Amino acid sequence: MSILIDKSTKLVVQGITGRDGSFHTKKMLEYGTEVVAGVTPGKKGQQVEGVPVFNTVKEAVEQTGANTSILFVPAKFAVDAIYEAGDAGIKLIVAVSEGIPALDMVKVVSFLNKKGTHLIGPNSPGIISPEKSKVGILPGQIFSGGSIGVVSRSGTLTYEIVNHLTNAGLGESTCLGIGGDPIIGLKFIDCLELFSKDEETKGVVLIGEIGGSDEEEAAVYIKENFKKPVVGFIAGLTAPPGKRMGHAGAIVSGGTGTAAEKIKAFESVGVPVAKEPEEVVKLLKEKI
Amino acid sequence: MKIHEYQAKEIFKKFGIPVPDGKVATTPEEAEKIATELGDRVVVKAQVHVGGRGKAGGIKLAKTPKEAKEAASQILGMDIKGLTVKKVLVTKAVDIKDEAYIGYIVDRRSKKPLVMVSAAGGIDIEEVARETPEKIHKFIIDPEYGLLPHQARELALKLYDDIKLVRKAADVIMKLYKAFIAVDSSLIEINPFVVTPEGETWAVDAKINIDDNALPRHPDIEELRDMTEAEEKELDAKLKGLSYIKLDGNIGCVVNGAGLAMATMDLIKKYGGEPANFLDIGGSSSSEKVVNALNILISDKNVKSIFFNIFGGITRCDDVANGIVEALSTLKIDLPIVIKLAGTNEEEAKKILSQTELITAGSMAEGAKKSIEIAEK
Repeated sequence: MSILIDKSTKLVVQGITGRDGSFHTKKMLEYGTEVVAGVTPGKKGQQVEGVPVFNTVKEAVEQTGANTSILFVPAKFAVDAIYEAGDAGIKLIVAVSEGIPALDMVKVVSFLNKKGTHLIGPNSPGIISPEKSKVGILPGQIFSGGSIGVVSRSGTLTYEIVNHLTNAGLGESTCLGIGGDPIIGLKFIDCLELFSKDEETKGVVLIGEIGGSDEEEAAVYIKENFKKPVVGFIAGLTAPPGKRMGHAGAIVSGGTGTAAEKIKAFESVGVPVAKEPEEVVKLLKEKI
Repeated sequence: MKIHEYQAKEIFKKFGIPVPDGKVATTPEEAEKIATELGDRVVVKAQVHVGGRGKAGGIKLAKTPKEAKEAASQILGMDIKGLTVKKVLVTKAVDIKDEAYIGYIVDRRSKKPLVMVSAAGGIDIEEVARETPEKIHKFIIDPEYGLLPHQARELALKLYDDIKLVRKAADVIMKLYKAFIAVDSSLIEINPFVVTPEGETWAVDAKINIDDNALPRHPDIEELRDMTEAEEKELDAKLKGLSYIKLDGNIGCVVNGAGLAMATMDLIKKYGGEPANFLDIGGSSSSEKVVNALNILISDKNVKSIFFNIFGGITRCDDVANGIVEALSTLKIDLPIVIKLAGTNEEEAKKILSQTELITAGSMAEGAKKSIEIAEK
């Protein structure tokens, strides 16, 4: 098993004819993802990397049976693209797009909840279930099939940590980046719940950063509900307050959302926190 | 993005929220003139993007125009938490019988707008929130319908017993919600919301933070941007596709990805060094971006060594390497550069860099240690 995506994933790429859309379609196909359709309004009938392009997501779903979508659409059009995927009955949407206003996301999330659609992101590098499927921009070559679930708020930091896992012979069941924005779809708790039900996943690495209280909420959840070993990493111990550290969601404000608080929350529920990326491997090996 | 109190009050006025008359001044003479026009006791308030202005001496009451001039001359140029005061708001003083708090945020936990009100408003609201959270009344708003009048009334009933005041406050709570949504705010606050002995109500202070992601659709608000020198540098970097924040250390960092950039800073600190900055060169990093990044770092005189930490995903390591080679040939860089590369096109990058004098590191930890060692020499 794995979570959210596997061999049954049939992907539609929204914005497939754009620079990033076509490039990553190629990469996902090379990885073995079943990319069944692309959507760009007005480009119906074209093909990208052999994938047929449709005018609407609805059409793509009807003709190809797509069940998952990924967006490579500029922020300005991304919100409507998410609504469109939800309306077409897509069950999992991955939003790579960056720069979507928070109050727009508030409405999108509420809409998707009613539809029962999962959203990863926005501002997410995507999701990968190694050796099965990849929906996103993560570099496939650093992953290997295994039993560690990885969930993170960032991209390259996740790669750094996964690289250590893979080199140490610890493969991954599923790895996903939930996105660096304040208002996102799936959060740590939702992913933990999915990992908890996944038999293949034997342990979880949770990679957090400053801002918000997602890590603190995850700590409470782990204490009450999560039985598998978890190791944490938190970025931003040296981040100054009041400054947005790249991600819209990574900001210490009003004294809350600090790395120190998050580390404390994890450690208080028995989740060891690595002091540097490499140490994740050691802590994980001690626990499993 | 933060805007000043006087700018926030202009927005309040547009939405019909009662604000005491006032104008902004940049010289003591202007402050005196405004106080004369207002013809009443005034308050002179420092306009800086930081809380705790009152406690820092940045807010003064003046009974006459001469006193207003005096107060302005004391406040202008004052340093409040590292920020220099360049403007003051001169505004009519109001008598205070009662101070309440009204505020909205985009709540990350519920993923919805959240309104908060408290009868215990004023300068100690953060302490109230910490010590007696039950005095803050919260309500999560369904974004589909927005705040409804009866919900606003219910909140206002937590503030006052007098039904006239309840109606006035409920009206302000509704109007503030409209403003919150209309300007794409991430936080909007009236603190204090004042009731005078005569039963008038005023938004005596105003705070609005705007969601940066929404600024492209609010060019009028973008114009309100008032930056310090450091912020100007950050915005300049942003226009070049870089996310940069200056810090006080001596080890310059160039990293792709915000999370990895923070982790790199943390690691430098862990091994006893001090990072000079946060710098994320972003996803698809062209060599031009690398040149721009290096340009920013060498303009920081504190920087003694530079640490490149690149994990190639969409970013190709060879693009970064080419950027470094180009920068070394066009810019005058005397600083030692330590580099750790991994991921997409790592081998090609190493070939390109083998002709340079760069110091390579096999891991993040090694890179951090080496850059600290060199910076200390």
